[in-house]
Amino acid sequence: MAFEPVIGLEVHAQLKTRTKIFCGCSTKFGAPPNTHVCPVCLGMPGVLPVLNQKVVEYAIRMALATNCRIAGESRFARKNYFYPDLPKGYQISQYEMPIAEHGHIHITLSDGAVRKIGITRIHMEEDAGKSSHDPSRAVSFVDYNRTGVPLLEIVSEPEMHSPEEAGAYLRRLRSLLRYLDISDGNMEEGSFRCDANISIREKGAAELGTRTELKNLNSFRFVEKALAYEIKRQIEMVKDGEKVVQETLLWDVNQNRSVSMRGKEEAHDYRYFPDPDLLPLVIEEEMVARIGKSLPELPDQKKERFVTHYGLPEYDADILTAGRDLAAYFECCARQVKNPKTASNWIMGELTALLNACGKTIDESPVSAEDLAKLIALMEDGVISGKIAKAVFSDMAETGKAPDEIVAEKGLVQVSDASAVEPVIDRIIAAHTAEVEKYRGGNTKLLGFFVGQVMKETGGKANPRLVNELLSKKLG
Amino acid sequence: MSEKAPYELTIHEAQALLAAKEISAAELTESVLCRIENIEPMVDAYITICRETARKEAAAADKAIAEGKAGPLTGIPLAIKDLICTKGHRTTCASKMLADFTPPYDAMVMEKLHSHGAVMVGKANMDEFAMGSSTENSAFKTTRNPWALERIPGGSSGGSAAAVAADMCLGSLGSDTGGSIRQPASHCGVVGLKPTYGRVSRYGLVAFASSLDQIGPITKDVTDAAILLTAISGYDRRDSTSIDKPVADLSRDLDAGVKNMTIGIPREYMEQDGVDPEVQQAVVNAVEVMKEAGATCVDISLPHTDHAVAAYYLVAPAEASSNLARYDGVKYGFRDGSAAGNLKEMYINTRSAGFGAEVRRRILLGTYALSSGYYDAYYKKASQIRTLIRQDFEAAFTTCDIILSPVAPTAAFAIGEKADDPLQMYLSDIFTLSANMAGIPGISVPCGVTTGGLPVGLQLMGNYFEEAQLLKAAYTYEQASGMHLKKPSIHRNGSL
Ligand SMILES: [Zn+2]
Repeated sequence: MAFEPVIGLEVHAQLKTRTKIFCGCSTKFGAPPNTHVCPVCLGMPGVLPVLNQKVVEYAIRMALATNCRIAGESRFARKNYFYPDLPKGYQISQYEMPIAEHGHIHITLSDGAVRKIGITRIHMEEDAGKSSHDPSRAVSFVDYNRTGVPLLEIVSEPEMHSPEEAGAYLRRLRSLLRYLDISDGNMEEGSFRCDANISIREKGAAELGTRTELKNLNSFRFVEKALAYEIKRQIEMVKDGEKVVQETLLWDVNQNRSVSMRGKEEAHDYRYFPDPDLLPLVIEEEMVARIGKSLPELPDQKKERFVTHYGLPEYDADILTAGRDLAAYFECCARQVKNPKTASNWIMGELTALLNACGKTIDESPVSAEDLAKLIALMEDGVISGKIAKAVFSDMAETGKAPDEIVAEKGLVQVSDASAVEPVIDRIIAAHTAEVEKYRGGNTKLLGFFVGQVMKETGGKANPRLVNELLSKKLG
Repeated sequence: MSEKAPYELTIHEAQALLAAKEISAAELTESVLCRIENIEPMVDAYITICRETARKEAAAADKAIAEGKAGPLTGIPLAIKDLICTKGHRTTCASKMLADFTPPYDAMVMEKLHSHGAVMVGKANMDEFAMGSSTENSAFKTTRNPWALERIPGGSSGGSAAAVAADMCLGSLGSDTGGSIRQPASHCGVVGLKPTYGRVSRYGLVAFASSLDQIGPITKDVTDAAILLTAISGYDRRDSTSIDKPVADLSRDLDAGVKNMTIGIPREYMEQDGVDPEVQQAVVNAVEVMKEAGATCVDISLPHTDHAVAAYYLVAPAEASSNLARYDGVKYGFRDGSAAGNLKEMYINTRSAGFGAEVRRRILLGTYALSSGYYDAYYKKASQIRTLIRQDFEAAFTTCDIILSPVAPTAAFAIGEKADDPLQMYLSDIFTLSANMAGIPGISVPCGVTTGGLPVGLQLMGNYFEEAQLLKAAYTYEQASGMHLKKPSIHRNGSL
């Protein structure tokens, strides 16, 4: 029996508004505990929430970018439960009437296949505080700085069928949030959190199996690992004739396995009801139109433009548009060179390798887009060879110097003067009579050998096209 | 006027004397504080008396008067219901849970009163978290009715109403979720007004049921109610449900009369079972007074009245169950962590010991009404009934300007009489809670005294944001009947 996993994802993205969703406190990360608080976010008696309009604007941006239908009227609701990091005893969220529903995004898989994943809903809510426990003293602490930081909850349809698809979906969501400049999308710092619903079913079956919910997936690596583990666990259970139990599981990073949370978070009745402190949120079409106009070019559009305008293959365009900064880097570079594909090759090859090696992001790149463009231009103008260019690139990364400066300093200018190269070729031919015989006897593959010898002799500076030409003539 | 002791004055009388420099704010405040000294042991209207602050505020008021900067409330001693947050003064909500809670902020109404130079003499007793109709649910004391000390003053703003009736302040603020201003005003023979929902900011009013709560004045006459309501009304961006509408001076043109007004008398209210015949008669008499004053009186129908109590006692407790979740012993207020082995036990111990029986009852009721599987049958259905009640009033106001009815089915009952019968207690809100469900304004004005010597109130309800018209009708009735001049006997013995 072949099984197919069915995965739905719930993402919580912290919005990077300056102030919290219902009060004027700062949202800045990393302040000393309980310094970014006020009576409103501490849930003191008699105080009331006032909606931060920036949060609404950001939610609309994300809704538009994910092709959602935006509700003309939506409502905030209270989600009631007791926990010390929830100061009011309820979280203000949205329930029956979220701000956006019925959207979708496209994801690209490693084999180039493109899939459409449905977005069930997007809603706004407030974050809770942070608890920490000191078991040695049997005390707990709560930091309310995070309480009231705005979140977008983005819920997908259960339409993903592999950990890879889930990973691609999450990366695309994060990329959208960053393109829109509304969230840092940092999983490790908690500004981008993910819970997954997983079930398995016989391949081709229409009905969904019993699902489990997997929480605490706080890095992209864990998500795919945890999903793969959970899929395998469920398949093995079913194969053994057992039934999957609907429950909440926690991914244990240290043990690389999911652990049941049964008895803890289970069986909550959140008693949702419309929050009487906040009026229904009315969104005018003009507002949506205005925000729509202010949206930046999004990854899908940018990818298409890179293909048509720069003539890049889909694969290149997809990689280069994954991040807004990377795309900008490419464009800056591509505008200054003859062949944009060369720029793409360099960015996806040498530059990416360099960044990975030094653990830096594209906007911290030791080689600027302008300098990389200059390097490519030197190559395209025949001033240096491709091989020399690679050496110059390493130098640029190390010293921060401009490529023409390095080329001039080290005397790396390519030799394209036949009268300078001819004597070298003559010397090589004279020194390798046996190989010359073989070549003339029909083994033309040996041309490469002669080219190599010439390049070695000239320290790589001879123009390879010229060397090829002269060698063919003299050997022929 | 001069034969009255200063504490006996109405706000507008005191204001005239202060302006004429015939009395100082300090003298007025001392007079009230002295009155409190004499009467409070009998009435128990206050949870906290703020003597020192009151004296300081009176001195500041005298300075403002001397500088010609006085307004209508400058130097006027007021009592504030103890669920209105007062910066630097404990705000207990008459609950053990907040017995030592001192807010670091003022309610918006307090900011307004401060800016007008009013003097706060104390925080008034109430039913715990405003849940009750008798003030017996206070965790600290039961306030007594100044007209009959063995009787309840009404509730939940019983302390605010009793303090006004016993001249222990010139006026007060209460809050009204289902009748909590109007019913105690009725039982204490004073004027109490619940404004249109959204007229007065709820910022700093400790929430009972957010969609129903409104702060309003309790005063010795209609003119004072108009003055006090004008002072506290207005838009506040900190309360998203407050409404951005200009507020006129409501004390102007109060004597415009009712000649062009149509007064509707809802048959469902007049035919209600369990209404004391003396109350019924007082209201019938009031109709005659209004007719004589030139109003047209018509019979109207509010067909969903029968469902109002049931719907109210689902909506209000549901909101309360959520609003009161924050009192969990974690951040402020009472905590019983002594025997707690874990977090859940701490919650249970704290909330069992910190809340009184009525509050716990309503939290349970509300939690149940919102529970999955019951939400549609209870909370949702109640919300639908609420819409129907609102539509009843909207329809009624197409044929009349003012609706007239009793405030409560009976005059004040004896302390302890209904304490064990919550359902009977809930039913006594029948005439008042519909105004909260609909969000319209309502006022209680004295309209008689029973043979047993207990005051009876008349309720007038107006259309949304028509407080001006409502006050004109109430003023006309008050002046024509002279009922506001009747005082409890405790008043005469006051100089004990
Ligand atoms: Zn805050």
